[in-house]
Amino acid sequence: MARHKNPTLDRRKVVAEILKQRGDALVVAGLGAPTWDAAAAGDSPLNFYTWGGMGGAAMIGLGLALAQPKRRVIVITGDGELLMGLGSLATIAVQQPRNLALIVLDNERYGETGMQDTHTRFGVDLAGMAKAAGFRASGTVYSAARLKNWIPRFHRQAGPVFCDIKVTSQPAPMVLPVRDGPTLRNRFREALLGAAEACQ
Amino acid sequence: MQKRVESQVTSHESRNSGSWPDDIHGVLAGMGVKQVGYVPDSGHARLINLVRADRGMRAIPLTTEEEGVALAVGAWLGGERSALLMQSSGAGNCINMLGMVNECRVPLLALVTMRGHWGEFNPWQVPMSQATVPALEAIGVVVHPVDRAAEVSEVVAAAARLAFNTCRMVAVLISQRVVGAKAFK
Repeated sequence: MARHKNPTLDRRKVVAEILKQRGDALVVAGLGAPTWDAAAAGDSPLNFYTWGGMGGAAMIGLGLALAQPKRRVIVITGDGELLMGLGSLATIAVQQPRNLALIVLDNERYGETGMQDTHTRFGVDLAGMAKAAGFRASGTVYSAARLKNWIPRFHRQAGPVFCDIKVTSQPAPMVLPVRDGPTLRNRFREALLGAAEACQ
Repeated sequence: MQKRVESQVTSHESRNSGSWPDDIHGVLAGMGVKQVGYVPDSGHARLINLVRADRGMRAIPLTTEEEGVALAVGAWLGGERSALLMQSSGAGNCINMLGMVNECRVPLLALVTMRGHWGEFNPWQVPMSQATVPALEAIGVVVHPVDRAAEVSEVVAAAARLAFNTCRMVAVLISQRVVGAKAFK
C-alpha cells in the first residue's frame, strides 16, 4: 500500500473552486458532508443532493450521464460513500461515459458517525482502483496546485474521469439544503427538462 | 368439454412459453425504456440478449443489483425510463437503496425471475425466495407475481404503466414455473 501522507486541503474551498466553473453541469452530491459542501458552494436546482442511499451516488451519476450525453455530470461524494459501492467503478468503466466525472472528497473518515477511520486511512487507493477498472483519467490530489490542474479536466476531459482529493478531517459548519425527496427531484427535472416533463 | 378447454390452454401456454422474453422486450420498447440494468439470471438470458441487440436500448451489466436501483434514479432524473432485471436473490441486495427511490417517488420497474421455489434443487436459494415478497413490500414496492408464460406480457405492461404513470416502484416476480427450475447436471 502507498505510504500515508497527511491531507491538507479544505473540503469547502475545494468544492467551491470546482463548482465555480460548473457552467450548466449536473451535480450529484453523496450523502453527508459532500451534500453540505455542495450546498455551501451555492444552491442550484441542478444539484441532486442525496440524504440516503449510501453507495449509490456514482450510479446515479452514470444513469444521468447516459440519459444526458451532451451535459457534463459531476458526482461529488465521500470516501465512505464510494467504498460502499466500489463495484460501480467497474460498471461505469464498462459504459465509458465521456461526460462523467467522479470526485471523491477523501478525508479518510466516516465523518457523520464519529470520525472513524475508513479504509483509505490505511492506504486503500481509490484512484488506483478506478484506473484499474478502466477510467480514462484517474488521480489522487494532495495540493492546491495539483487541484488547479485537475479542475479543467473535471469539466472538459473525456470521461470517465476519477479524482480522489485528499481533504482534512476538520469539520465544516453544516449547510443543509432541501431534504424532501420529491422537491429535489421535481426541481431538478424542471430545470433540466422543463416544467411539462418534470412531473411526468 | 372441460378437458378439451384445458388442453387448449395447455397447448397455448406451451406455444408461448418460449417467447415471453420477446414479449417483455416488446413491452419495454413500447414503453420507451432506454436503460436496462441487469445482474444475469438464466431466466433472463434471452431478454438480456434482446436488449443488447436493440440499438434503442443500452444494456448495463451491474456488479450488484442495488447499483441498478441508483442507476434508475439517475436515468429518470435525466429524462430516461429504465428497467432492472435480476433474480430473486438480488432483491435482498436492493433494500436500503430502494428507500431512496421510495422517498423520491422515482418510477422503478424491476423484473425479477424467481429462484428457490417451484422445483428448486438448491436449498441455499430457498430463504431469499421466501423473503422476496415480504422484503420488497416492506420497503414499499408493489409486487405483481406471474406464474403463467402467457400472462407475462400483460403483467409486465401493467406493471410498467403503474410504475411510470404513478411514479411507484413495481416488481414483476416471474415464477420458476415459467422460467423452469435450474437443472444441476
